[in-house]
Amino acid sequence: MSQNRSMLIIPGNSPKGLQNAPVFNPDLLVLDLADGVPLEDKDSARLLVKEAIGFMDYENTQVVVRINSLQSGFGAKDIEIITPVQPIAFVIPQGNAEQLQEIEILLAESEKKAGLKEGSIGLIPVVETVKTLEQMSSLLNVSPRIKSAFFNAEGLAQELGIVRSKEGDEILYARSKFAMTCRAAGMNSFDTAFTDSNDYEGLEKDCLKARNLGFTGKAAIDGRQIDTIHKIFV
Amino acid sequence: MKINKAAQAGALESSDVLVTVEPNPEGGIKIELETKRVIQKQFSKQIEKVILETAEQSGVEDVLIKAQDKGALDYTFRARVQAALQRASI
Repeated sequence: MSQNRSMLIIPGNSPKGLQNAPVFNPDLLVLDLADGVPLEDKDSARLLVKEAIGFMDYENTQVVVRINSLQSGFGAKDIEIITPVQPIAFVIPQGNAEQLQEIEILLAESEKKAGLKEGSIGLIPVVETVKTLEQMSSLLNVSPRIKSAFFNAEGLAQELGIVRSKEGDEILYARSKFAMTCRAAGMNSFDTAFTDSNDYEGLEKDCLKARNLGFTGKAAIDGRQIDTIHKIFV
Repeated sequence: MKINKAAQAGALESSDVLVTVEPNPEGGIKIELETKRVIQKQFSKQIEKVILETAEQSGVEDVLIKAQDKGALDYTFRARVQAALQRASI
């Protein structure tokens, strides 16, 4: 059975990153078409990720793709192009219920076109706004494709205009609510990434805090963080 | 697919390739590969085959494709050629 302790986020427009990422053995490898890719490269990143999934040996990791939101104007094309290479899931930024319902329809059409069984690709909503945090219970029930969710504290901090700290006291309520709601729904919960990739002691403390709040795993922005995450989330 | 203008995709970074495409007034698909001498000697035929197949699959007929390689693998050539051709056809 696949484990869900870590998700490593890699920009989708970097061949070097796409090739090196499996070396770190993350449980989930997130090929990012959203935040990690500048606007002018959205089209080429989408094609690179499609070709990489078909070419690379990603056997020991579960490949997921973080698409752009539908509101951005890029999300629908991301689904259309990536679906045929069948990632295990799409990560959905600003994963509110309305958008997830629209994506459900688009994805079902794309799966049919690609000859895939309906429902074969999962959805992982990113909770990064106050509204989605408060609507989480209903959000997780929008689609049977949802088996995991990802809490992005950086997005929430931006919306609230709060300054993030390594200790994370400012996101304690949000983290607790997120983790408990996922637990109640029987879903995997990925905690926000620890953004100082050179502070391993800080990362370990942050992992412990997240685990004690009920999270089942954590995101990483650097492959070197994976071993520490796996040490805490067993 | 018709090539209407010059366009680029990719980058001059390690493991990547910068692909430039433009209309070919002489007709046909012409490929120019710039890479390290050792790669040129050992793999240029394979790389040019990948570029040619990608261009043909895109349905393009008259195009000049210049690839400045920095150690890209086949999938990167395919993706960058597709992206450059799509940008040039807009």
